[in-house]
Amino acid sequence: MSESNSAASTRTPTKRPLLSVRGICKQFGATNALRNVDLEIQEGEVHALIGENGAGKSTLVNILSGTYAMDSGSIELDGRPIIAGSPIHARGMGISTIYQELSLALHLSVEENLLLGAEPSRWGWVNRAERRKRAREALAALHHETLPLEAPLYRLSLAERQIVEIARACLGSARLMIMDEPTSSLSRSDVEILFAVIRKLKEKGVGVIYISHFLEECREIADRFTVLRDGQTVGRGEMVATDFKQIVRLMVGREVSEIFPKPENLPGETVLELEKVSGVRKPRNVSLQLRKGEIFGIAGLIGAGRTETLRAIFGLDALGGGAVLVRRKDKTRSSPWLRLADGIGFLSENRKDEGLLLNRSLAENLCATRYRPYSRFGFVNSQKLRYSAGSWLKKLQVKARNENQPVAELSGGNQQKVALGRLLHHDAEIYLLDEPTRGIDIGSKEQIYRLMNELASKGKAIIFVSSYLPELLGVCHTIGVMRRGILTEIRSVEDWSEHRLLESALGRQTS
Amino acid sequence: MSRLQKFGPLLGLILVLLLFSGTPGFLTPLNFKFVLTQTVIVAIASLGMTMIIASGGIDLSVGSVVAFSCVGGALAVQAEFPLPLAVLISVLCGGMFGLVNGVVIAGFNMNPFIVTLGMMGIARGAAKWAAGNQTVNFDPASPVNVAMNNSIDLPLWLPPMGVLIALLMALIIGVIVNFSVFGRHIFAIGSNEAAARLCGIRTRHVKVALYSGAGLLYGLAGLMQASRLQQGSPTVAVGLELDVIAAVVIGGASLSGGTGSVTGAIIGALIMASLRNGTQLMGWENHVQEIIIGMVIILAVGIDRIRHKSQI
Repeated sequence: MSESNSAASTRTPTKRPLLSVRGICKQFGATNALRNVDLEIQEGEVHALIGENGAGKSTLVNILSGTYAMDSGSIELDGRPIIAGSPIHARGMGISTIYQELSLALHLSVEENLLLGAEPSRWGWVNRAERRKRAREALAALHHETLPLEAPLYRLSLAERQIVEIARACLGSARLMIMDEPTSSLSRSDVEILFAVIRKLKEKGVGVIYISHFLEECREIADRFTVLRDGQTVGRGEMVATDFKQIVRLMVGREVSEIFPKPENLPGETVLELEKVSGVRKPRNVSLQLRKGEIFGIAGLIGAGRTETLRAIFGLDALGGGAVLVRRKDKTRSSPWLRLADGIGFLSENRKDEGLLLNRSLAENLCATRYRPYSRFGFVNSQKLRYSAGSWLKKLQVKARNENQPVAELSGGNQQKVALGRLLHHDAEIYLLDEPTRGIDIGSKEQIYRLMNELASKGKAIIFVSSYLPELLGVCHTIGVMRRGILTEIRSVEDWSEHRLLESALGRQTS
Repeated sequence: MSRLQKFGPLLGLILVLLLFSGTPGFLTPLNFKFVLTQTVIVAIASLGMTMIIASGGIDLSVGSVVAFSCVGGALAVQAEFPLPLAVLISVLCGGMFGLVNGVVIAGFNMNPFIVTLGMMGIARGAAKWAAGNQTVNFDPASPVNVAMNNSIDLPLWLPPMGVLIALLMALIIGVIVNFSVFGRHIFAIGSNEAAARLCGIRTRHVKVALYSGAGLLYGLAGLMQASRLQQGSPTVAVGLELDVIAAVVIGGASLSGGTGSVTGAIIGALIMASLRNGTQLMGWENHVQEIIIGMVIILAVGIDRIRHKSQI
């Protein structure tokens, strides 16, 4: 942690910090989500919390906001300790949080949501006029007076909901504001508005913890930063004094280029072809050609329609139009069952909700798509099944007790290996991978990259959706960028850089 | 499967047996035969319910479907159809309602609670209609009546036919649930339907087959009901669904799906029947019986919750 020394000396030791976090530890089952995390924030400071997916940022946020209880450590706000695991207490102390996954009541109106849990009231009755007034003021501060106060939230777009969430957090007399990926669904102009609000909060002496994957944003708004990796504080410092490379190195823990095995094979003939494929809303007119042995990356912002594209290809969602050709045969009509029969496998970005059968065994999860080798007349030979599953677990280096263990008990990285292992066990020819490395540790990530590389060299074809640009640039042959449901630019990986990908995803013109 | 899940129901049964062991007349072979016979209807129905609950569904129409099949079977016997045909008709009566349940639930992606709640009314009404709002009487000497009759002369060790049929069905369903690909698919759907679909499991097909199969079992239970009453009654088996669901849950299934065991459900059904029988022999009044059984159900679900918590 040599990086922290220079920053420590610039701090004035006499001033009491607004927030002081000492030695927080948190375990989930077998995984250490946080280990001895320290964090200090002064009044009026915007502090960027940086780290890869799964580094422990969200866990830290949930502990600060009282959603989770920590195992050990202390949190003090203005020198007073915060009771662990009590969201109401944290809120009462002046910690307000904007969550990454929106925490709003979809069936209540904008106005009700804005003052949810803090309704102006007398003797238990809501003072509606006062509530209306405060809701208006809150939206006006964000220059979004036009949002309909009466409308139920589910009628609003994702970005509008985010505005409501931000307005809600700004309403109270917060001392510390935590923003977990507040801009992931905002347009650039809304980001500007948000930054203006943050600057206003700063003037009032409010501390802000700002979490974002966009390092550019962090640089623009934050004063200092803390980097988390694998649940540990690995560095902190002044934002202006540190360059991106340094931060990225802290995040990853080594030089970025090391961990990606460069593709060496050359793609062969086309195996999957999309012709102007449209979904019900997204994607729109997506055309692409996937070749044998090719890793085709799709970049884009959250909500750009990347997941929807994969779901449409796999037959999970209805097609609005267009054609899908598998090995030059028209296979537009589809369902997951038919696609798997054609040798196409899909790895969902949402491991818990649709990837795995959480309370079932590893063996069942691995073999769910293909029981044929172990069954006769519809009856499964469970011994054979277990034996085969065991050898797969060994091959994938899954850390587990045995093949009968429920998959829920595994860590995220191991779960993901099981989910991916299912496609390998199915012996798919075409892999549709949606954020396969999200929320898993660096070791598992590296293994998944190597696996993808191996598959490609064996002539399998992969579509690889990711929000993490370095990995796209590291492992793909070709990268396309999606924006608002349209696959805009498809180029060979040599023609892309992180900067150009980001610009293309954001919709700015590249020169 | 955790040890508690595996042996919990059996321990519960032993506990209940011990509880009433001092009651005169409880621990006699004849009374055992009696309890077994009383278990048959709930046990057969709980086989279907186990599959449905394991898939994450629920079926509230059991009682009404049993009543309809009871009437259907009785009408067939009354019309002096040969025995196999009467059995087939009764079983298919149940299967028909199960098929409709499955097609509506899977086809329109509707909530099974609501669909089967509706079917509960429909089947009950249809039963009354088919029976002309009265009991359907048939020749008491019909071979159908042998299945559930305890008073006929059998060696002491041999329970009546119905018990053997229930055992056979439990064996068949147990093998299907535990060892077939279809069984794997049921649990996969119950564990995570979206993931199951993503694994290429044709969730709709499975669900239709599931509810239909359960319906066939309800139909068989309906025939047993007719045999026990020695007549067809459209008002019988009101509230049976609760006994059946309770048996399955006591047997270790979770209402959130993904778990469930045939042995457990049968033991659950035995626990319910033993409780009924024991309280009767104790001379406790009916309301005491109801309160005790209610408490047992809550207790069993409470244990399910604790188990769930310790898992995550």
